[in-house]
Amino acid sequence: MTENLLCLSCPMGCELSVDYTDKKLQEVRGNRCPRGVEYAEKEIFHPERIVTTTVRVAGAAADLLPVKTSKSVPKELCFRVIEAASACTVSAPVRRGQVLIADILSTGADLVAARTLKKSGRE
Amino acid sequence: MTRRADTLGFEAVVIGAGPAGLAAAVSLRQSGIRKVLVVEREQEPGGILLQCIHNGFGLHRFSEELTGPEYAERYIELAGEAEIEFLFNAIVLDIMPAEGGHRLAVLCEGRGFLQVEAGAVILAMGCRERTRGSINIPGSRPAGVMTAGLAQKLVNILGYLPGKEAVILGSGDIGLIMARRLTWEGVRVKAVVEVQPFPGGLARNIVQCLNDYNIPLYLSHTVSKIHGNRTIEAVEISPIDGHLEPREKGRFTLTCDTLLLSVGLIPENELSAKAGVALHPVTRGPLVDGNLMTSVPGLFACGNVLHVHDLVDWVSEEAETAGINAARYLRGKLTAGRQVSVRGGNLVRYVLPSRLTPGDGATVSLRPITPAEDVMLSVRAGDRVLFRRKYRRIMPSSMLRIKLKDLPAEIDSLEVGFTPSPAGTPAGTEEEA
Repeated sequence: MTENLLCLSCPMGCELSVDYTDKKLQEVRGNRCPRGVEYAEKEIFHPERIVTTTVRVAGAAADLLPVKTSKSVPKELCFRVIEAASACTVSAPVRRGQVLIADILSTGADLVAARTLKKSGRE
Repeated sequence: MTRRADTLGFEAVVIGAGPAGLAAAVSLRQSGIRKVLVVEREQEPGGILLQCIHNGFGLHRFSEELTGPEYAERYIELAGEAEIEFLFNAIVLDIMPAEGGHRLAVLCEGRGFLQVEAGAVILAMGCRERTRGSINIPGSRPAGVMTAGLAQKLVNILGYLPGKEAVILGSGDIGLIMARRLTWEGVRVKAVVEVQPFPGGLARNIVQCLNDYNIPLYLSHTVSKIHGNRTIEAVEISPIDGHLEPREKGRFTLTCDTLLLSVGLIPENELSAKAGVALHPVTRGPLVDGNLMTSVPGLFACGNVLHVHDLVDWVSEEAETAGINAARYLRGKLTAGRQVSVRGGNLVRYVLPSRLTPGDGATVSLRPITPAEDVMLSVRAGDRVLFRRKYRRIMPSSMLRIKLKDLPAEIDSLEVGFTPSPAGTPAGTEEEA
């Protein structure tokens, strides 16, 4: 199989053309340095992303709390992380970095608060 | 019955509590200025970072990847420790000269009309988005057409989705980020349309926001018509010719209930212009010298009100410089001295500052006009080359920043420009004469 990728290892942004089988890379073309090969390996076989979204928050001046995964999670799980966050409601006060869902979808990453929200008198 | 307006006195006032304003205020305090006020129109500090919930902020500043709210909170905490005063829900109507500095006319919710006097003022009002009115798209004027930043606020702060099927015009970073955000929330993003032959946003956002979700990017295309009566129903997309005019050949229509515009940002300088600050024709921000002081003595500018940045890290750094120099100004230590003009040369869209003082060092920011590969950036004073650096690739979406050591005392002008550089030579090589 062949796939075209844009290498994000540095601002150069080499356009990679990657030949691979089910299990391993065969050839990487278009890279100007060895990091291009590492990037292609990771992107083709286990791409990961950090997910950022919001959860509902009760008892704060804001309605939504921004959240993120504490580290990157497999790319194919992004939508399921978003769904899990949508089903979650937390109560103020919330501290930045507070774990809201530990080990989300058994990824080893936690869903954590990305800001501090104080408790407010607002209903 | 008339009542005299309350007058508040400060050493320095910062307008805007976004990333630039917060960093400028902290820097003023760290430079020994005691009474610092930040005037902010929203009810809390943080600015646009609060709605930028995605990650990728702070790699240069904090050597880690933060989300917008996390980056903002670090500076909010620093501002709290520095005992800076804030006036929220307040807008500045005017900046006027006054004895010993400047007088600001301020309207503040709950407190009415206030006058604030200060020896120095730092402009940190940020920028705003260009709208449909700025780009003249023909067709009806239905609901569902909005800027990408407004959609970002709806989704991330207020918890509403703007629609179910979206097209995005403009491939600036906010548009790309919103393509992914809407996709994650179940909106079908049918296309991103870009008038230029190259993307407006960073490569990483093209990959992680569009390619990851197979969202097509149509380069050298534009939205040539908007269909729909009460709500937008479809957009007509056309390839463009060499004069940026839409062509009929290759034209197609996409149904959608939302059109997001990510078609550029404009520094918000109505207040600065009214105060007599001279503006740069390209950046639309104030003309500043190496101390980031505008044409009005005692008024400084930093962040997106000065020129639109792509990384908040450079906003913070620039704001610190403005704070340090405003503090020096307040102590009478900012020497006027002879200044020389700085011009943008080949492939340079703009260069900032526009004036520099011989003998001083400076940080120079610039943006290229078009993408190019294997180029050499040079800073010249007449025939003399003061600085050179090779770049393998330059993009209009990436601002370049260079630090110049003390400029020679005898120079008369400076020009910053690119020349072709032979391929294969190592990038990042720099020389200083």
